[in-house]
Order: sequence, then structure tokens, then C-alpha cells
Amino acid sequence: MKAISKSVPKRDHAAKISGSAVYVGDHPTDDLLFGRMLRSTKARARVLGVKLPVLPEGYFFIDKNDVPGDNEVHIILDDNPVFVEEIAEHIGDVIGVLAGTDEREVNILLKQIEVDYEELEPVFDPRKSDVAFFDFGYEKGDAEKAFAEADKIYEEDFETGLQEHMYLETNGIIAEFKDGKMYVRGSLQCPYFVHRAVMKATGLSSENVSVTQDVIGGAFGGKEDFPSILGCQVAVAAYKTKKPVRVVFDRHEDIEGTSKRHPSFCNYKAAVKDGQVTALEIDVLYDAGAYATMSMVVLQRGIIGCGGVYNVPNLKVRGQARKTNTVPNGAFRGFGGPQVFFAIEMLMTHIAKDLQMDSVDFKLKHVAKHNDLTSTSGRFHFPVPIPAMVKDITEASGYYSKKEAYKNQSGRFRRGIGLAAVYHGAGFTGNGERDLIKAVVQLRKDRDDNVEILTAITEMGQGVNTAFIKIVAQELGLPPERVILVPPDTARVPDSGPTVASRSVMTVGELLRRAAIRLKAEWRDGEEQLIEEHYKHPEYMIPFEMPAFRGDAYPTYSWAVNAVEVEIDTYTGFIDILGAWGSFDAGTPIDENIVIGQMEGGFLQSIGYAMMEKMTADKGYIRNNNFSDYIIPTAVDVPNMQVKLHVEDFPLGPYGAKGAGELPHVGGAPAVAEAIQNALGVNLHKIPFLAEDVMDVLRRKGGI
Amino acid sequence: MANEIRFKLNGSEIVYTGNPSMRLVEYLRGEKQLTGTKIGCKQGECGACSVIMDSELVNSCLVAMGRVNGAEVTTIEGYSKTEKFAALDKAFESVSAVQCGFCIPGMVLASESLLASNPHPTEEEIREGISGNLCRCTGYNSIVKAIEIAAEEGSGLW
Ligand code: FES
Ligand code: FES
Repeated sequence: MKAISKSVPKRDHAAKISGSAVYVGDHPTDDLLFGRMLRSTKARARVLGVKLPVLPEGYFFIDKNDVPGDNEVHIILDDNPVFVEEIAEHIGDVIGVLAGTDEREVNILLKQIEVDYEELEPVFDPRKSDVAFFDFGYEKGDAEKAFAEADKIYEEDFETGLQEHMYLETNGIIAEFKDGKMYVRGSLQCPYFVHRAVMKATGLSSENVSVTQDVIGGAFGGKEDFPSILGCQVAVAAYKTKKPVRVVFDRHEDIEGTSKRHPSFCNYKAAVKDGQVTALEIDVLYDAGAYATMSMVVLQRGIIGCGGVYNVPNLKVRGQARKTNTVPNGAFRGFGGPQVFFAIEMLMTHIAKDLQMDSVDFKLKHVAKHNDLTSTSGRFHFPVPIPAMVKDITEASGYYSKKEAYKNQSGRFRRGIGLAAVYHGAGFTGNGERDLIKAVVQLRKDRDDNVEILTAITEMGQGVNTAFIKIVAQELGLPPERVILVPPDTARVPDSGPTVASRSVMTVGELLRRAAIRLKAEWRDGEEQLIEEHYKHPEYMIPFEMPAFRGDAYPTYSWAVNAVEVEIDTYTGFIDILGAWGSFDAGTPIDENIVIGQMEGGFLQSIGYAMMEKMTADKGYIRNNNFSDYIIPTAVDVPNMQVKLHVEDFPLGPYGAKGAGELPHVGGAPAVAEAIQNALGVNLHKIPFLAEDVMDVLRRKGGI
Repeated sequence: MANEIRFKLNGSEIVYTGNPSMRLVEYLRGEKQLTGTKIGCKQGECGACSVIMDSELVNSCLVAMGRVNGAEVTTIEGYSKTEKFAALDKAFESVSAVQCGFCIPGMVLASESLLASNPHPTEEEIREGISGNLCRCTGYNSIVKAIEIAAEEGSGLW
């Protein structure tokens, strides 16, 4: 381990553990208005009228007629209105906000509002939807020829479900309009996303909008695109009422009304010749929900990763994100990756089984190598450590002997083990950093020679503040106490881009390192100094062409190998996790504890995704709207999780660091799924896979 | 007065005359600005609102003020002044077990409640002991480890 990797106390530790950290719901509420959303109860309907009760003084209703700027939330296509313009597109679509001084009274009044609807025909199944928000495709090699020459062709369908972020702190925003300026604060990952959205919705100029991050109680992507929507709604309410307005969701409203992981339907065809997969033809379909929000980028990542970690010379890929009348799906750790990595990993195990090979050996035969072409005909410019990591994990988990022992089991309890190999493309897709984000960071030194870090990156618990401070302190040779870092406020910090895409340490951290090197060179004791650094695109990258999807999709890749062992009770269907092993390569950890903590947390979410977390939208209404109906793992569910770090330095990341945050949420699910199929002796095609699904399989097999 | 509710909060005597059906968590956060007690669900499912009431860990979102009469309530603000907290604090810090922090005050009080009844718990007992407190960030390993360390280093405190 490098010196920088040695763990230090986290900067945010003391305030959080003592309960003094201020989250959005913790601000005093004396002088503000409580807002509650008036939401559509119909999945698709024209809103003909809204009949309000008599509102007492100090109570306001805010809707589309009050939006001073454009009634559009700026995300990508800007199709999500701030408030329903004419047609409500999903249950929960926000028609207006009722705001007033007493929270209870607001709730009572809200129930008295009558909405007159003209119901329209909704669509709930993306396979039946004829609106594709996005439709992409690309090819590599000559898939047609490979299929024509194949010994055998496999075709399978895969499905994954909704996944809810279930951050412990719900979404919340406070906005205040004062002296011509809009101040927005809250639980948000990307201050500048909200900043730009609020500018558009209010028509205010950049200097007149300031967005500040409060301490965030978990996000995982759930506070990436969504706060732009909520931010606009609350800002418009503050604009109209001229009072600070606060909206903090309760758990039901948060689950029913905010973004989730896209459900997927994938069709995979594989051509196999001489025991080798020579071509894949893949059709990816993501359920976008009612508005396009982040679906474009989620889908892009999905179709880029759909071939997994394998070198398949011929590919034909199509991907669509289609509209349904359900709550819009958005960013979630892994960002389009978990769905397709589940599919490809399952497919590989099914083909291996048919060829009577062990699935791990079969996968290893296909793993891409350093300098091989990627799916999009870019290059793996750096070593691919999967074989070494597979070796580590098969040894740690006892994979081969267990796999052997779990053949032909009988009796009530059946065990199984599975292993998945995955990657996560580190940082923004394609040329995004260069063309769209253009990240900027600053270091400001004061007269006392303390140095403040100024970036737009937000601490959500992932440890980025501690990592940034370590990087800057190390380069300047300063004790960490002399490095200041406060939550970003767009009025003070430059736009270093959003806190997403596992880019913060790798990309923004490297800018800070370079800034610190310059500051050190130009250091003048007792003087104020300001150093600014701008993003530089890696020269080795093969430019990414769109819409051809050709070139380097990512500057580098983070890698993971995960194994999971299960025991299934064939009487009840209950799936018990006996062990979970993970090797993760996120480059040099800037702080070992922090990176391990990220891996453990993400790995557990991924296991939950596979076998616990089930959410269904029943005619567009989400009934699993609390912690008893949507089960996330507790401390007893995965008692034996072992995580280790494998380090392949990335020369362009600070000290060799690359993307970490999302990596652990990719491989856990396929490892669980393979373990279940190993235990039951069947092929699996969907997650989540719960006790009832086990019982279903057993019934269909006539009991095993 | 008949509708007076008297209890001890973090060591201070409190006389409450408000609505007895108000939830303790609302009182703590709203009237006392003791916002270290968090709300994750208000349905008794997540443990973010955990406080200690007469040496028992309770979800304060399920406790009506009427039930608090005569009780002794400790929130994270009160607990953080104790020596036991210092041991847990150090242990949590040493393994970086605090991520977003939203579950953490509740987790710390759950740890206290566990160690008070079982000063040297096994890993399994620790996992069982905090299983009513959900954490979405950490995967629990670091929290379990922290409690093990606190039990060891703070031996004699509990
Ligand atoms: S807020 Fe009380 S248990 Fe969740
Ligand atoms: S640290 Fe975020 S929920 Fe536990």
C-alpha cells in the first residue's frame, strides 16, 4: 500500500456521530412554510381543473401558472415539467405545491383539494410502449457472418426489476427568494445541475441563483437528477410566496415519487464456434418511466457494457429507453451497468453449462486482455486484472471444491456458489468530460497560509472530502487541519461537474493534485493566492464518436470479481447467504478504509438487488412504499462478507486512483443468481429472485 | 396538574404539558432542536430515531409523549457526553464506519444498548443486536467491527 492509502479519521466523522451535523430536515422551521405536493392520482390524465378549499392567510397553492421561467426541468431533454402543464403522465406527477405555516394544516387542506381529470390510456409495459425516448445501436466486426458460421446459436431473454435507493434520509429542499436572489439548499448530489435547472424555471440569471449542499444522508444516484425537479418546484413556491419554503418527503412519498433503477428487458443471441463465443446480438430495453430525465446516459452505459468483460469480436447492439406511465427512473449506482452485466454473466454460465464446462473456466477463456478492443472498438489501454482476481476469489471462497460438492444434492437444504467478473467504466462516457463538463477546481490560500479546496463535489458519506484533503495536504506538505473544505455553494465554488460516474477522486481529485503542485511552486508566505486548474483530456483516448458508439467509451476501467455462496431451504424457498467474497480494483485507494467501506456497502446493495429488493408498480402505483414492503439487507443477512482490494494503478488518476463508488454494485447480483441456479440446478433469467420464485421453480420441476 | 408529563431528558427534568399523543421524535426534533435523532420512516422500521428510554432502546417515532411520563430518556446529544460514547466514537472513527451518518446516532445508541446488556458480544450477537437499525451505506461490516473494538478497548466501561 502507498502512504496515501493509509486511513485517517474522516473529516465528517465527528459531526455525524455526535448528531450535530445539519441535514436538510434539521434546520429550524420557525419562519418557513411547509410545502406538500399535490400529486396526480391517475397514471395518465388530462388535468381539467383544480378546485381549492378556501385557503387561510399564510397558505398558498403554487402550480404551472406560477412558474416565472420555463415550465421545464432542465436535465437532458427537459421534458419533465416543473408542474403538470396539461397531462399528468404518472401517478405522483406533481400538479402543484400547497405551502403554509402549519404542517398539519397543510396536510388537512391538501386532502380537500379536488382535481378534475379526463382519464387517458396509460402504458405500463415498456415492451408495449411505442414511444422510445432513445434508440441507439452500434456494431463491431461482422456479427452476421459469425452467426452464419456458428456451430450453435443461443438465444435468451433476461429481466431485472426496479430498485429503490432507500437512502436513509429522504429527499428534501429548502428555497428562499430574497432581494431578487434565489437561495436553494438541500440534500443534493450535484449543485450545478440544480443551479441550471432553477435558472431555467425561474428565469433568474446565474448570479441570482445560489445552490448549497446540506449534509446528505445517502444518495447512490437518487439525489443526482431528482433534486433538479424538486429544486425547481420548491424554488417556484418560494418565488411566489416570498417566504422560505421547505419540502422534506416522508418515506412513502419519497418511494412513490422519486427515481429508481430502470427495469430492463434484454434479448441476447450468442454465436458459438469451437467452444468460443464469436458474436453477440443484443437488444437492450430499459423502462424509462414517464419522462426522459437521465435515461439517455443510463442507456448508453448499459449498451456499452452489455458484452461484459469479454472479448467478443463481433457485436450487434441495439438499445432503447421507452416511455411508460410510471415514475421516471433515473441514476442509481452502477448506472445502467447492473442490468446488462446480470444478463451477460448469466448467459455465459448457461452456455458453459450446455458445453459442459465450468462457468468460471469458460468465462476466463473469453476475458479481454490488455490492448484488446472494447465493445465500442476502443482499447483496454491498461492491464485487465480479472484472471488474477478470479484466482484470489476462487481460493478465498473455495469456489471449485464447493462447486463440485454442490452437484447432485438432495435433501431439504441445497447449497450453491456463483462467481461474476465485471467492470465499471470509470468517469463520464466518451468525451463528456472534455465537451460537456469542462471541470474546474480552485485552491484558495489565505493570509494565515490555510488552504481552502473549492470544488462542486459533494460529500455523501463516500468519503470524498477526506480524500480531497489528503491529496492536497500531501502535495503541499501541510497538516490536514490546515486544509479547509466546506459544503459547496454555487456562489463560491467553480463548476467541477456533478458528483456522479465514479469521477470525483479520479478526475476532480487529479485536478486538485495538479493545483496543489502549482500552489506549492508558487507559494508565498502570508499572501492570498488563488490557483485554478482545468480539465485536460487524456491524449491516448481514441475519440468517441456518436451516434456510432465508436472509440474509447471510458478513460479506464475498474474491475471486480465477486463470489457468493447460498443455501436454499427447499421447504420454504428461503435463500440464505452463507458467504460473499469480493476483489475490487479501483486503482490506488486514497484511503483504504474508505474504499473498503464503499465496496462493502455497494456489494451488499447488489446482493439485495438480486434476492431481496422487489418493487412492483401495480398499474403505475408503487405499493412497496415502506421498509416492511421493500426489504433491504440488515446486519444479519450477509454475515460473512470479505472484501479485498486489488490495485492496478491508473497513471492519470491521483496516485493511481480510479473510479470506485459504483464498481461494487455491478457484480454481486449475477454472483447471487449463479449461486441460486447452482443450488437449484436450473437456469435463471431474472432478478430479483425471491423465496416465492424458488418455490415456483421447485413446483415446475415437480420438486427436486 | 393531571395532564402534566414529567420525565428526564439527557439528565434534565422536563415538564411537558402539550398533546400526549405527540410522538417523542417530533418533540425532540421540533421543540428541543435535538436533531441528532433522525427520521427515516416514522413507522418503527429503520431505527434512525432510536433513543434510550429507561435503559431500553426504543424507536422514538413510535413513542407517544404520554408514555414518557416518569421515564429517563437519553438521545445522542446527551449520550455523546459520556465516556462510553468516547469509546464508541474512537472505535467507529478508527475503521471509518461513518458514511452518510444518517443511521449513525441510532447505531451508536443501539451499540450502547447491546453492550450494556452484553459487554463482550460475539460477532453474531452484535449483528443481531443492531439488526433493528438499517444502514444503507456501509454494508454493516465496519460498524460490527467498530463495536467489537469498542467492547475490547472500552472493557470495564460496560
Ligand atoms: S424513524 Fe423511527 S424507526 Fe424509522
Ligand atoms: S452511514 Fe448512511 S445509512 Fe448508515
